[in-house]
Amino acid sequence: MPVSILKQGEYLIASIQSALTDSEVLQLQDDLVERVGRFRSRGVILDVSGLDVIDSFGSKALHTIAVTTKLRGAESVIVGIRPEVAFAIVQLGLGLEGVHTALDLEEGLAFLNRRIEEADGRER
Amino acid sequence: MRQSEAAVTALGQAPEIDVSLLRELVAHLREAQAHLREEWVRRITEAQLLGAMTPDEIFSEVTAVYNNYVDALETGSVETLQAYARDLSERIIPRGVETHEVLGIVLLLRDVLARSLFEKYQSDPGLLNRIFDAYEPAANRIAVTVGVSFVQERERVIRQQQEAIRELSTPVLQVRERLLILPIIGVLDSLRARQLTEQLLTAIRINRARVVVIDITGVPAIDLTVANHLVQTVRACGLMGADVIVTGLSSEIAQTLVALGVELGTIRTTGDLQGGIEEAERLLGHEAIRAGDLGRDRDR
Repeated sequence: MPVSILKQGEYLIASIQSALTDSEVLQLQDDLVERVGRFRSRGVILDVSGLDVIDSFGSKALHTIAVTTKLRGAESVIVGIRPEVAFAIVQLGLGLEGVHTALDLEEGLAFLNRRIEEADGRER
Repeated sequence: MRQSEAAVTALGQAPEIDVSLLRELVAHLREAQAHLREEWVRRITEAQLLGAMTPDEIFSEVTAVYNNYVDALETGSVETLQAYARDLSERIIPRGVETHEVLGIVLLLRDVLARSLFEKYQSDPGLLNRIFDAYEPAANRIAVTVGVSFVQERERVIRQQQEAIRELSTPVLQVRERLLILPIIGVLDSLRARQLTEQLLTAIRINRARVVVIDITGVPAIDLTVANHLVQTVRACGLMGADVIVTGLSSEIAQTLVALGVELGTIRTTGDLQGGIEEAERLLGHEAIRAGDLGRDRDR
């Protein structure tokens, strides 16, 4: 099942509801990077609360999405990592370094708002 | 536990028991029960078993055990006796009755009954032999059943208590909106550390915590596995969007961690719990101001 990407103001929200195949992950990656440019989005939220497993491929993809959208001008934040998934990721040494995470969608939005405010403040 | 049950079954499948003989000896044991019970109580007292119970209690339990014992001999089914033994164990374990006492009294009863059978049938060695052939396997089976039931009950109680201690030992407390404190007291082994991580991560989700203060003032020592586990826990909290502050590292623990080369550079630490909470409030955007100071500011 392809992941639907919602546009909310300056942000894109992708909510992953069920486990994705590798090709669906790559598809999501392409879609997000493309849409960030098309909508001139400033933030991307990836909601993974539906996932009970994140493997090395998945976490690498999350990392790639975060880095590439950043290059296109949008901050990314991953939200809704489950407790057991969080610990598994750390134990497997998958890291997710350089990727921002937040508790849930609400926190993710708050985080992006903060970041954008900071960035705008610096420009002024 | 499976092994012990197998042992009970193995004894239960003892060679063919002469039913009529068994019936006869049961009848004898019923007939002589008052006398045999007294004899048994006397031997129990003599051996100084069941010191934790009063004579009245011993007498009433003895009556019940005796009846169950003879019933089990008669029917060959130990289920009732097993249930009774479990129930009895449940009652006497909290009072400090030991395994050797329970086994001791059951074996005493076996001996008392065997002697009475011996006295009755000693004139006819052939019959005596056959009586014992019928009696011994059944009696041994009963002794094993009672012993196993007692030990199983004890193990169950121990497991329950371990569980209770574990749950008591790692409370996750919310002290302010979105701020959790996890005071760890006592030795951290890897099982407890894992449990603690699980509880903490779940609590972060439920309380929507942004900052967690882990206080390890009460932890006397830490090893490499647990230290690494702690680091992983901090990272996992980070993935769930919570900042972690570790407080109360004793000088021993601090030195151990450095000597072990645990990567702690990324972890926020403060000296004591107070410092940790102040730091947490800063992170949450609170500011602590003394009420008096507030008044002075206004006066100015």
